[in-house]
Amino acid sequence: MSEKSVKITDENFQELVLESEKLVIVDFWAEWCGPCKALAPILDKICDEFGDKVLVGKVNVDEVKQAPVNYGIRSIPTLLFFHNGEIVRQEVGLQSEQALIDSVNQVIS
Amino acid sequence: MTDKTIHKTIIIGSGPAGLTAAIYAGRANLKPIVFEGNQPGGQLTITTDVENFPGFPDGVMGPEMMDLFRNQAKKFGAECFFKHVTKVDFSSKPFKVYVGDEEFLSETVILSTGASARMLGLEAEKDLMGYGISTCATCDGYFFKDKEIVVVGGGDSAMEEASFLTKFAKKVTIIHRREVFKASKIMLERARNNPKIDIMVNKSILDIKGNQKDGVSSIILKDAIDGKETVFNCEGVFYGIGHIPNTDFLSMFLDVDENGYIITKADSTRTNIDGVFACGDVQDSHYRQAITAAGSGCMAAIDAEKFLENLE
Ligand SMILES: Cc1cc2nc3c(=O)[nH]c(=O)nc-3n(C[C@H](O)[C@H](O)[C@H](O)COP(=O)(O)OP(=O)(O)OC[C@H]3O[C@@H](n4cnc5c(N)ncnc54)[C@H](O)[C@@H]3O)c2cc1C
Repeated sequence: MSEKSVKITDENFQELVLESEKLVIVDFWAEWCGPCKALAPILDKICDEFGDKVLVGKVNVDEVKQAPVNYGIRSIPTLLFFHNGEIVRQEVGLQSEQALIDSVNQVIS
Repeated sequence: MTDKTIHKTIIIGSGPAGLTAAIYAGRANLKPIVFEGNQPGGQLTITTDVENFPGFPDGVMGPEMMDLFRNQAKKFGAECFFKHVTKVDFSSKPFKVYVGDEEFLSETVILSTGASARMLGLEAEKDLMGYGISTCATCDGYFFKDKEIVVVGGGDSAMEEASFLTKFAKKVTIIHRREVFKASKIMLERARNNPKIDIMVNKSILDIKGNQKDGVSSIILKDAIDGKETVFNCEGVFYGIGHIPNTDFLSMFLDVDENGYIITKADSTRTNIDGVFACGDVQDSHYRQAITAAGSGCMAAIDAEKFLENLE
Protein backbone atom coordinates (compact mmCIF):
# COMPACT_ATOMS: atom_id res chain seq x y z
CA MET A 1 0.00 0.00 0.00
CA SER A 2 1.22 3.45 -0.78
CA GLU A 3 2.20 6.21 1.61
CA LYS A 4 -0.09 8.69 0.00
CA SER A 5 -3.27 7.04 1.17
CA VAL A 6 -4.46 6.12 4.64
CA LYS A 7 -5.52 2.72 5.85
CA ILE A 8 -9.17 2.64 6.82
CA THR A 9 -10.52 0.16 9.35
CA ASP A 10 -13.90 -0.35 10.97
CA GLU A 11 -12.52 1.46 14.00
CA ASN A 12 -11.35 4.63 12.26
CA PHE A 13 -14.04 4.79 9.54
CA GLN A 14 -16.19 7.25 11.49
CA GLU A 15 -13.35 9.63 12.28
CA LEU A 16 -11.33 9.49 9.07
CA VAL A 17 -14.10 9.14 6.52
CA LEU A 18 -17.44 10.29 7.89
CA GLU A 19 -16.13 13.22 9.93
CA SER A 20 -13.55 14.38 7.41
CA GLU A 21 -13.77 17.95 6.19
CA LYS A 22 -12.40 17.13 2.80
CA LEU A 23 -13.51 14.79 0.08
CA VAL A 24 -12.56 11.21 0.91
CA ILE A 25 -12.28 8.57 -1.79
CA VAL A 26 -12.58 5.16 -0.17
CA ASP A 27 -11.06 2.36 -2.23
CA PHE A 28 -12.33 -1.14 -1.44
CA TRP A 29 -9.62 -3.55 -2.57
CA ALA A 30 -7.90 -6.89 -1.93
CA GLU A 31 -4.56 -8.52 -2.65
CA TRP A 32 -6.16 -11.09 -4.96
CA CYS A 33 -7.81 -8.47 -7.16
CA GLY A 34 -5.82 -7.65 -10.30
CA PRO A 35 -7.77 -4.55 -11.33
CA CYS A 36 -7.40 -3.20 -7.76
CA LYS A 37 -3.64 -3.37 -8.13
CA ALA A 38 -3.85 -1.54 -11.43
CA LEU A 39 -5.95 1.16 -9.77
CA ALA A 40 -3.52 1.81 -6.89
CA PRO A 41 -0.94 3.87 -8.83
CA ILE A 42 -3.74 5.83 -10.46
CA LEU A 43 -5.11 6.76 -7.04
CA ASP A 44 -1.60 7.87 -6.07
CA LYS A 45 -1.68 10.22 -9.03
CA ILE A 46 -5.02 11.59 -7.83
CA CYS A 47 -3.35 12.33 -4.49
CA ASP A 48 -0.58 14.19 -6.32
CA GLU A 49 -3.01 16.05 -8.51
CA PHE A 50 -5.38 17.23 -5.80
CA GLY A 51 -3.01 17.36 -2.83
CA ASP A 52 -4.78 18.61 0.26
CA LYS A 53 -8.23 18.70 -1.25
CA VAL A 54 -8.70 14.96 -1.38
CA LEU A 55 -7.93 12.09 0.95
CA VAL A 56 -7.68 8.56 -0.40
CA GLY A 57 -8.59 5.85 2.10
CA LYS A 58 -7.99 2.15 1.52
CA VAL A 59 -10.25 -0.57 2.82
CA ASN A 60 -8.75 -4.05 2.49
CA VAL A 61 -11.86 -6.22 2.31
CA ASP A 62 -10.00 -9.25 3.68
CA GLU A 63 -9.19 -7.41 6.89
CA VAL A 64 -12.05 -4.99 7.32
CA LYS A 65 -15.25 -6.91 7.89
CA GLN A 66 -18.00 -4.41 8.58
CA ALA A 67 -17.53 -1.53 6.14
CA PRO A 68 -17.88 -3.61 2.92
CA VAL A 69 -21.11 -5.10 4.28
CA ASN A 70 -22.45 -1.74 5.47
CA TYR A 71 -21.93 -0.23 2.07
CA GLY A 72 -23.14 -3.25 0.11
CA ILE A 73 -19.89 -3.82 -1.75
CA ARG A 74 -20.37 -6.63 -4.29
CA SER A 75 -17.46 -6.10 -6.61
CA ILE A 76 -13.99 -4.63 -6.29
CA PRO A 77 -12.46 -2.24 -6.92
CA THR A 78 -15.31 -0.03 -5.79
CA LEU A 79 -14.66 3.63 -5.03
CA LEU A 80 -17.01 5.53 -2.73
CA PHE A 81 -16.66 9.31 -2.63
CA PHE A 82 -17.64 10.73 0.77
CA HIS A 83 -18.29 14.40 1.37
CA ASN A 84 -19.55 15.63 4.74
CA GLY A 85 -20.31 12.09 5.76
CA GLU A 86 -22.41 11.26 2.72
CA ILE A 87 -21.76 9.23 -0.38
CA VAL A 88 -21.75 11.68 -3.25
CA ARG A 89 -20.52 9.38 -5.97
CA GLN A 90 -19.51 5.79 -6.54
CA GLU A 91 -17.58 3.99 -9.23
CA VAL A 92 -17.24 0.26 -9.73
CA GLY A 93 -14.31 -1.20 -11.63
CA LEU A 94 -11.02 0.15 -12.85
CA GLN A 95 -11.06 3.85 -13.76
CA SER A 96 -8.66 5.80 -15.91
CA GLU A 97 -6.81 8.73 -14.38
CA GLN A 98 -8.74 11.18 -16.53
CA ALA A 99 -12.11 9.67 -15.58
CA LEU A 100 -11.18 9.95 -11.91
CA ILE A 101 -9.95 13.52 -12.24
CA ASP A 102 -13.25 14.39 -13.91
CA SER A 103 -15.19 12.67 -11.13
CA VAL A 104 -13.29 14.52 -8.41
CA ASN A 105 -13.70 17.85 -10.19
CA GLN A 106 -17.42 17.33 -10.50
CA VAL A 107 -17.74 16.57 -6.84
CA ILE A 108 -15.56 19.36 -5.46
CA SER A 109 -16.73 22.14 -7.76
CA MET B 1 -4.36 17.03 -26.83
CA THR B 2 -3.60 16.29 -30.43
CA ASP B 3 -0.38 14.64 -31.30
CA LYS B 4 0.85 15.46 -34.80
CA THR B 5 3.57 12.81 -34.85
CA ILE B 6 3.06 10.06 -37.37
CA HIS B 7 3.89 6.95 -35.38
CA LYS B 8 5.21 3.82 -37.00
CA THR B 9 2.82 1.59 -35.18
CA ILE B 10 -0.04 1.96 -32.75
CA ILE B 11 -1.12 -1.12 -30.84
CA ILE B 12 -4.68 -1.16 -29.55
CA GLY B 13 -5.06 -3.48 -26.56
CA SER B 14 -2.67 -4.69 -23.84
CA GLY B 15 -3.42 -8.36 -23.32
CA PRO B 16 -0.86 -11.06 -24.17
CA ALA B 17 -1.30 -10.34 -27.90
CA GLY B 18 -0.84 -6.56 -27.74
CA LEU B 19 2.06 -6.60 -25.29
CA THR B 20 3.90 -9.32 -27.20
CA ALA B 21 3.46 -7.26 -30.37
CA ALA B 22 4.88 -4.33 -28.37
CA ILE B 23 7.96 -6.33 -27.34
CA TYR B 24 8.72 -7.30 -30.93
CA ALA B 25 7.86 -3.89 -32.39
CA GLY B 26 9.99 -2.24 -29.71
CA ARG B 27 12.97 -4.44 -30.50
CA ALA B 28 12.47 -3.64 -34.20
CA ASN B 29 12.78 0.03 -33.28
CA LEU B 30 9.24 0.91 -34.28
CA LYS B 31 8.70 2.83 -31.00
CA PRO B 32 5.24 1.37 -30.53
CA ILE B 33 2.47 3.27 -28.81
CA VAL B 34 0.18 0.97 -26.83
CA PHE B 35 -3.34 2.05 -25.91
CA GLU B 36 -4.13 -0.27 -23.06
CA GLY B 37 -7.89 0.19 -22.97
CA ASN B 38 -10.01 -0.07 -19.88
CA GLN B 39 -8.62 -3.47 -18.96
CA PRO B 40 -4.84 -2.98 -18.85
CA GLY B 41 -3.24 -6.41 -19.12
CA GLY B 42 -6.38 -7.95 -20.62
CA GLN B 43 -8.47 -10.90 -19.54
CA LEU B 44 -5.76 -12.57 -17.48
CA THR B 45 -5.92 -9.75 -14.95
CA ILE B 46 -9.22 -11.14 -13.69
CA THR B 47 -7.96 -14.63 -13.11
CA THR B 48 -5.73 -16.11 -10.43
CA ASP B 49 -3.32 -18.88 -11.32
CA VAL B 50 -2.19 -19.37 -14.89
CA GLU B 51 -0.73 -22.84 -15.02
CA ASN B 52 -0.29 -23.47 -18.72
CA PHE B 53 1.95 -20.64 -19.84
CA PRO B 54 5.37 -22.07 -20.72
CA GLY B 55 8.23 -20.88 -18.57
CA PHE B 56 6.30 -20.81 -15.31
CA PRO B 57 6.49 -24.38 -13.98
CA ASP B 58 4.99 -23.33 -10.64
CA GLY B 59 2.22 -21.30 -12.21
CA VAL B 60 1.96 -17.54 -12.07
CA MET B 61 -0.77 -15.10 -11.09
CA GLY B 62 -2.46 -13.63 -14.17
CA PRO B 63 -2.05 -9.96 -13.15
CA GLU B 64 1.59 -10.54 -12.25
CA MET B 65 2.35 -12.19 -15.56
CA MET B 66 0.82 -9.27 -17.42
CA ASP B 67 2.98 -6.83 -15.43
CA LEU B 68 6.00 -8.81 -16.58
CA PHE B 69 4.82 -8.61 -20.20
CA ARG B 70 4.40 -4.83 -19.86
CA ASN B 71 7.82 -4.34 -18.23
CA GLN B 72 9.44 -6.29 -21.02
CA ALA B 73 7.65 -4.18 -23.66
CA LYS B 74 8.65 -0.93 -21.94
CA LYS B 75 12.24 -2.09 -21.71
CA PHE B 76 12.36 -2.10 -25.51
CA GLY B 77 10.84 1.35 -25.86
CA ALA B 78 7.11 0.72 -26.00
CA GLU B 79 5.07 3.54 -24.56
CA CYS B 80 1.92 2.38 -22.80
CA PHE B 81 -1.08 4.60 -22.11
CA PHE B 82 -4.16 3.81 -20.09
CA LYS B 83 -6.48 5.03 -22.80
CA HIS B 84 -9.51 3.45 -24.41
CA VAL B 85 -9.80 3.96 -28.15
CA THR B 86 -13.24 5.23 -29.14
CA LYS B 87 -12.95 5.49 -32.90
CA VAL B 88 -10.63 4.70 -35.79
CA ASP B 89 -10.44 6.03 -39.31
CA PHE B 90 -8.71 3.65 -41.69
CA SER B 91 -10.08 5.28 -44.84
CA SER B 92 -6.86 7.14 -45.62
CA LYS B 93 -3.17 7.16 -44.67
CA PRO B 94 -1.82 7.81 -42.15
CA PHE B 95 -4.39 5.87 -40.15
CA LYS B 96 -6.21 7.82 -37.46
CA VAL B 97 -6.92 6.54 -33.98
CA TYR B 98 -9.10 8.50 -31.59
CA VAL B 99 -9.41 8.57 -27.82
CA GLY B 100 -12.36 10.90 -27.36
CA ASP B 101 -11.21 14.17 -28.96
CA GLU B 102 -7.57 13.21 -29.08
CA GLU B 103 -6.28 12.15 -32.47
CA PHE B 104 -3.24 9.97 -33.12
CA LEU B 105 -1.66 9.15 -36.46
CA SER B 106 0.15 6.01 -37.48
CA GLU B 107 1.49 4.20 -40.51
CA THR B 108 0.39 0.83 -39.19
CA VAL B 109 -2.11 -0.31 -36.57
CA ILE B 110 -2.09 -3.58 -34.68
CA LEU B 111 -5.48 -4.58 -33.33
CA SER B 112 -5.40 -6.73 -30.19
CA THR B 113 -8.61 -5.72 -28.44
CA GLY B 114 -9.41 -9.27 -27.34
CA ALA B 115 -12.82 -10.30 -26.14
CA SER B 116 -15.22 -9.36 -23.35
CA ALA B 117 -17.82 -11.28 -21.43
CA ARG B 118 -21.10 -11.57 -23.26
CA MET B 119 -24.10 -9.87 -21.66
CA LEU B 120 -27.75 -10.84 -21.80
CA GLY B 121 -28.65 -7.36 -22.99
CA LEU B 122 -31.07 -6.56 -20.17
CA GLU B 123 -31.83 -3.01 -19.15
CA ALA B 124 -31.01 -3.94 -15.53
CA GLU B 125 -27.37 -4.62 -16.45
CA LYS B 126 -26.71 -0.90 -16.74
CA ASP B 127 -27.68 -0.35 -13.12
CA LEU B 128 -26.70 -3.58 -11.46
CA MET B 129 -23.39 -4.60 -13.05
CA GLY B 130 -21.04 -4.65 -10.08
CA TYR B 131 -23.98 -4.45 -7.68
CA GLY B 132 -25.06 -8.07 -7.83
CA ILE B 133 -24.59 -8.88 -11.50
CA SER B 134 -21.08 -10.07 -12.30
CA THR B 135 -19.11 -11.48 -15.19
CA CYS B 136 -16.21 -12.55 -13.00
CA ALA B 137 -16.61 -15.25 -10.37
CA THR B 138 -12.99 -15.02 -9.21
CA CYS B 139 -13.33 -11.26 -8.67
CA ASP B 140 -16.71 -10.99 -7.04
CA GLY B 141 -17.53 -14.43 -5.56
CA TYR B 142 -16.02 -13.33 -2.24
CA PHE B 143 -18.91 -10.91 -1.67
CA PHE B 144 -21.55 -13.63 -1.83
CA LYS B 145 -20.69 -15.62 1.27
CA ASP B 146 -23.68 -17.70 2.40
CA LYS B 147 -25.87 -16.12 -0.27
CA GLU B 148 -28.10 -17.69 -2.89
CA ILE B 149 -26.80 -17.00 -6.35
CA VAL B 150 -27.34 -18.09 -9.92
CA VAL B 151 -24.94 -18.77 -12.76
CA VAL B 152 -26.27 -18.27 -16.28
CA GLY B 153 -24.99 -20.52 -19.04
CA GLY B 154 -24.55 -24.08 -20.21
CA GLY B 155 -20.92 -24.36 -21.23
CA ASP B 156 -17.74 -25.39 -19.45
CA SER B 157 -17.03 -21.91 -18.18
CA ALA B 158 -20.46 -21.71 -16.53
CA MET B 159 -19.89 -25.10 -14.86
CA GLU B 160 -16.45 -24.07 -13.66
CA GLU B 161 -17.76 -20.77 -12.37
CA ALA B 162 -20.58 -22.52 -10.51
CA SER B 163 -18.19 -24.98 -8.85
CA PHE B 164 -15.86 -22.15 -7.86
CA LEU B 165 -18.71 -20.13 -6.40
CA THR B 166 -19.79 -22.96 -4.08
CA LYS B 167 -16.72 -22.04 -2.03
CA PHE B 168 -18.60 -18.94 -0.94
CA ALA B 169 -22.29 -19.23 -1.71
CA LYS B 170 -24.93 -21.13 0.25
CA LYS B 171 -26.46 -22.39 -2.96
CA VAL B 172 -25.68 -21.97 -6.64
CA THR B 173 -28.35 -22.52 -9.28
CA ILE B 174 -27.24 -22.93 -12.87
CA ILE B 175 -29.81 -21.48 -15.25
CA HIS B 176 -29.66 -22.73 -18.80
CA ARG B 177 -32.02 -21.76 -21.58
CA ARG B 178 -31.91 -25.12 -23.32
CA GLU B 179 -32.14 -28.73 -22.29
CA VAL B 180 -28.88 -29.80 -23.88
CA PHE B 181 -25.57 -28.60 -22.47
CA LYS B 182 -22.50 -27.47 -24.37
CA ALA B 183 -20.38 -28.30 -21.35
CA SER B 184 -18.21 -31.40 -21.45
CA LYS B 185 -19.53 -34.50 -19.76
CA ILE B 186 -16.98 -34.34 -16.96
CA MET B 187 -17.74 -30.74 -16.07
CA LEU B 188 -21.48 -31.30 -16.17
CA GLU B 189 -21.20 -34.41 -13.97
CA ARG B 190 -19.05 -32.52 -11.51
CA ALA B 191 -21.69 -29.81 -11.26
CA ARG B 192 -24.52 -32.35 -10.98
CA ASN B 193 -22.74 -34.16 -8.15
CA ASN B 194 -22.06 -31.02 -6.16
CA PRO B 195 -24.63 -30.88 -3.34
CA LYS B 196 -24.54 -27.08 -3.38
CA ILE B 197 -25.41 -26.84 -7.08
CA ASP B 198 -28.90 -27.02 -8.58
CA ILE B 199 -29.53 -27.01 -12.30
CA MET B 200 -32.58 -25.48 -13.99
CA VAL B 201 -33.03 -26.06 -17.71
CA ASN B 202 -35.25 -24.47 -20.35
CA LYS B 203 -35.32 -21.18 -18.50
CA SER B 204 -34.31 -17.80 -19.84
CA ILE B 205 -33.88 -14.66 -17.77
CA LEU B 206 -36.32 -11.91 -18.68
CA ASP B 207 -35.34 -9.42 -16.02
CA ILE B 208 -33.17 -8.91 -12.94
CA LYS B 209 -34.66 -7.00 -10.02
CA GLY B 210 -32.77 -5.00 -7.43
CA ASN B 211 -31.08 -1.69 -6.75
CA GLN B 212 -27.58 -0.40 -6.22
CA LYS B 213 -28.02 -0.06 -2.49
CA ASP B 214 -29.33 -3.51 -1.64
CA GLY B 215 -28.09 -5.43 -4.66
CA VAL B 216 -30.04 -8.04 -6.58
CA SER B 217 -33.21 -9.43 -5.02
CA SER B 218 -34.68 -11.70 -7.68
CA ILE B 219 -34.80 -12.66 -11.33
CA ILE B 220 -37.76 -13.24 -13.62
CA LEU B 221 -37.57 -16.51 -15.54
CA LYS B 222 -39.48 -17.65 -18.57
CA ASP B 223 -39.96 -21.32 -19.29
CA ALA B 224 -39.10 -22.30 -22.84
CA ILE B 225 -41.74 -25.02 -22.96
CA ASP B 226 -44.90 -23.65 -21.40
CA GLY B 227 -43.96 -19.96 -21.58
CA LYS B 228 -44.76 -19.42 -17.90
CA GLU B 229 -43.00 -16.66 -16.01
CA THR B 230 -41.74 -17.24 -12.49
CA VAL B 231 -39.84 -15.22 -9.90
CA PHE B 232 -36.66 -16.72 -8.47
CA ASN B 233 -35.11 -15.10 -5.41
CA CYS B 234 -31.35 -14.69 -5.39
CA GLU B 235 -28.74 -12.14 -4.42
CA GLY B 236 -26.22 -12.55 -7.17
CA VAL B 237 -26.27 -13.31 -10.90
CA PHE B 238 -23.03 -14.51 -12.51
CA TYR B 239 -22.76 -14.66 -16.28
CA GLY B 240 -20.99 -17.54 -17.95
CA ILE B 241 -22.38 -17.16 -21.42
CA GLY B 242 -19.18 -16.78 -23.34
CA HIS B 243 -17.22 -13.96 -24.85
CA ILE B 244 -17.62 -11.60 -27.76
CA PRO B 245 -14.76 -9.98 -29.68
CA ASN B 246 -14.27 -6.26 -29.07
CA THR B 247 -14.77 -5.10 -32.63
CA ASP B 248 -17.74 -2.74 -32.36
CA PHE B 249 -15.70 0.36 -33.08
CA LEU B 250 -13.78 -1.38 -35.88
CA SER B 251 -16.35 -3.29 -37.87
CA MET B 252 -17.11 -0.33 -40.10
CA PHE B 253 -13.68 -0.70 -41.73
CA LEU B 254 -12.74 -4.29 -41.15
CA ASP B 255 -14.07 -7.55 -42.48
CA VAL B 256 -15.43 -9.57 -39.59
CA ASP B 257 -17.13 -12.95 -39.54
CA GLU B 258 -20.74 -13.56 -38.48
CA ASN B 259 -19.73 -13.50 -34.81
CA GLY B 260 -17.73 -10.30 -35.07
CA TYR B 261 -14.23 -11.81 -35.17
CA ILE B 262 -11.77 -10.02 -37.44
CA ILE B 263 -10.91 -12.05 -40.51
CA THR B 264 -7.17 -12.34 -41.17
CA LYS B 265 -5.48 -13.58 -44.32
CA ALA B 266 -4.11 -17.11 -44.33
CA ASP B 267 -0.81 -17.62 -42.50
CA SER B 268 -0.58 -13.99 -41.44
CA THR B 269 -2.18 -11.32 -39.28
CA ARG B 270 -3.07 -9.14 -42.28
CA THR B 271 -6.61 -7.82 -42.46
CA ASN B 272 -8.55 -6.51 -45.45
CA ILE B 273 -6.80 -3.15 -44.96
CA ASP B 274 -3.12 -3.00 -45.90
CA GLY B 275 -1.14 -1.88 -42.87
CA VAL B 276 -3.74 -2.96 -40.31
CA PHE B 277 -3.01 -6.22 -38.50
CA ALA B 278 -5.03 -8.22 -35.99
CA CYS B 279 -3.85 -10.68 -33.34
CA GLY B 280 -5.11 -12.54 -30.30
CA ASP B 281 -8.67 -13.36 -29.29
CA VAL B 282 -10.12 -10.59 -31.45
CA GLN B 283 -9.40 -12.72 -34.52
CA ASP B 284 -9.47 -16.18 -32.94
CA SER B 285 -12.69 -17.85 -31.92
CA HIS B 286 -11.05 -21.22 -31.65
CA TYR B 287 -7.92 -21.46 -29.48
CA ARG B 288 -8.33 -18.45 -27.17
CA GLN B 289 -5.28 -18.99 -25.00
CA ALA B 290 -2.66 -16.60 -23.67
CA ILE B 291 0.11 -18.41 -25.52
CA THR B 292 -1.69 -18.40 -28.87
CA ALA B 293 -2.58 -14.73 -28.39
CA ALA B 294 1.08 -13.96 -27.63
CA GLY B 295 2.19 -16.01 -30.65
CA SER B 296 -0.04 -14.10 -33.00
CA GLY B 297 1.06 -10.82 -31.37
CA CYS B 298 4.60 -11.66 -32.38
CA MET B 299 3.40 -12.39 -35.92
CA ALA B 300 1.58 -9.05 -36.12
CA ALA B 301 4.69 -7.09 -35.14
CA ILE B 302 6.78 -8.95 -37.70
CA ASP B 303 4.09 -8.41 -40.36
CA ALA B 304 3.97 -4.69 -39.50
CA GLU B 305 7.75 -4.40 -39.67
CA LYS B 306 7.83 -6.07 -43.10
CA PHE B 307 5.05 -3.82 -44.30
CA LEU B 308 6.98 -0.71 -43.23
CA GLU B 309 10.18 -1.97 -44.86
CA ASN B 310 8.36 -2.40 -48.15
CA LEU B 311 7.12 1.20 -47.98
CA GLU B 312 10.65 2.57 -47.83
C1 LIG C 1 -11.17 -15.99 -16.19
C2 LIG C 1 -10.25 -16.34 -17.33
C3 LIG C 1 -9.22 -17.24 -17.11
C4 LIG C 1 -8.34 -17.59 -18.15
N1 LIG C 1 -7.32 -18.46 -17.88
C5 LIG C 1 -6.43 -18.75 -18.86
C6 LIG C 1 -5.30 -19.61 -18.61
O1 LIG C 1 -5.13 -20.13 -17.49
N2 LIG C 1 -4.43 -19.84 -19.62
C7 LIG C 1 -4.58 -19.30 -20.88
O2 LIG C 1 -3.74 -19.53 -21.72
N3 LIG C 1 -5.64 -18.50 -21.15
C8 LIG C 1 -6.56 -18.21 -20.18
N4 LIG C 1 -7.62 -17.39 -20.47
C9 LIG C 1 -7.77 -16.87 -21.85
C10 LIG C 1 -6.81 -15.71 -22.08
O3 LIG C 1 -6.99 -14.76 -21.04
C11 LIG C 1 -7.05 -15.06 -23.43
O4 LIG C 1 -6.94 -16.00 -24.45
C12 LIG C 1 -6.04 -13.94 -23.69
O5 LIG C 1 -6.04 -13.00 -22.63
C13 LIG C 1 -6.30 -13.23 -25.01
O6 LIG C 1 -5.38 -12.22 -25.15
P1 LIG C 1 -5.60 -10.96 -26.08
O7 LIG C 1 -4.34 -10.17 -25.95
O8 LIG C 1 -6.03 -11.39 -27.41
O9 LIG C 1 -6.84 -10.17 -25.48
P2 LIG C 1 -7.33 -9.75 -24.02
O10 LIG C 1 -6.58 -10.42 -22.96
O11 LIG C 1 -8.81 -9.90 -24.09
O12 LIG C 1 -6.96 -8.20 -23.97
C14 LIG C 1 -7.67 -7.26 -24.73
C15 LIG C 1 -7.07 -5.90 -24.49
O13 LIG C 1 -7.66 -4.97 -25.38
C16 LIG C 1 -7.98 -3.80 -24.68
N5 LIG C 1 -9.05 -3.11 -25.40
C17 LIG C 1 -10.30 -3.55 -25.73
N6 LIG C 1 -10.98 -2.58 -26.38
C18 LIG C 1 -10.13 -1.52 -26.48
C19 LIG C 1 -10.24 -0.21 -27.04
N7 LIG C 1 -11.36 0.21 -27.64
N8 LIG C 1 -9.16 0.63 -26.95
C20 LIG C 1 -8.02 0.22 -26.34
N9 LIG C 1 -7.87 -1.01 -25.81
C21 LIG C 1 -8.91 -1.86 -25.87
C22 LIG C 1 -8.34 -4.27 -23.29
O14 LIG C 1 -8.21 -3.20 -22.35
C23 LIG C 1 -7.30 -5.36 -23.09
O15 LIG C 1 -6.10 -4.79 -22.61
C24 LIG C 1 -8.52 -17.03 -19.44
C25 LIG C 1 -9.56 -16.11 -19.66
C26 LIG C 1 -10.42 -15.75 -18.63
C27 LIG C 1 -11.52 -14.78 -18.87
